[in-house]
Amino acid sequence: MADILFTQGPDELKRAPLAHLHRRLEEVSQSAPSTIRLGERPFTTQIGLRAVPGTAAHRALAGALGVELPARVGEVTGDAADVAVLWLGPDEFLVVAPPERAELVPRLQDALGSEPGQVVDLSANRTIVELGGSAARDVLDKGSPADLHPRVFPAGTAVTTTLGPAAVLLWRTAEDAWRVLPRASFAEYTALWLLDAVREHRLPASDGASDAAPDAAADPASASTPDSREEAAWPATMA
Amino acid sequence: MMLIPCPHCGPRNETEFAYGGQAHVSYPEDPHALDDAAWARHLFYRENPKGLFAERWVHSAGCRRWFNAVRNTITYEVQSVEPIGPRPPGGRPAESTTSEGGHA
Ligand SMILES: [Zn+2]
Repeated sequence: MADILFTQGPDELKRAPLAHLHRRLEEVSQSAPSTIRLGERPFTTQIGLRAVPGTAAHRALAGALGVELPARVGEVTGDAADVAVLWLGPDEFLVVAPPERAELVPRLQDALGSEPGQVVDLSANRTIVELGGSAARDVLDKGSPADLHPRVFPAGTAVTTTLGPAAVLLWRTAEDAWRVLPRASFAEYTALWLLDAVREHRLPASDGASDAAPDAAADPASASTPDSREEAAWPATMA
Repeated sequence: MMLIPCPHCGPRNETEFAYGGQAHVSYPEDPHALDDAAWARHLFYRENPKGLFAERWVHSAGCRRWFNAVRNTITYEVQSVEPIGPRPPGGRPAESTTSEGGHA
């Protein structure tokens, strides 16, 4: 039995926290892509850093990373498409990088050496749910207490907050592009919350329109698309 | 809904915070000198002023840092905040101190 494990590398054993929901996230994106898109960006390299600004540790980490560490709440340094650093607290930061950049962990650990501070591989801690489209901010405003208006939350801003009752990192990478980072154990909840919140922005599935007609004729008050009938079952699983 | 000004994150929604009770309650300098009544006073007795009150909050769903705030318990206005530290904030009202422990 152990042979099975040894014939597969770690990459084959990886399971995205939202793998079972990819199809439904994709369906949202296909329905009205300019209005709302959903998807998962799993397996990113994420590294927790602790270092007090102004110390040798802080300078060493920034130097090894090649990216300045953010100095204040909301600030994101680096490049969202490559290596970015999010502000979590006055002396706490999160590096988010592509999956193939796992070498950053030992590199940063070496740079920190014995200075006071911390470098921890947190790659499995959070997944990234990507939310895009012109309605994305409306969707997030339903469940986030943070002020997401561009005047205080422009592209390139990230904060730790809540979405619904779940703690998440909320990161705006462009005017109409957001990343929601729930912990892996809250990923399914967060994705289901978003699938519910985006429903009003989805277009009725055009390929199923003819199937919906008999229902609508029989009971106009509860006219529903095949799409909404399919989703009607899932809130029970969240309770 | 209150907006609480975290000293690190700025004004954020009350739901992101947790309350930590009265601020600046110092550990007794000589714990062995306290009898049971004095211990009870140190552990359980807290001010309950009508007006300004120095208290602790933690931004648990944000930067996860503790900080001190002076809040008006009548109006809920947060008069001042400062990061956690040994020194009471300047705006701390004298009547919100406890009788034991003193202040560093
Ligand atoms: Zn804060």
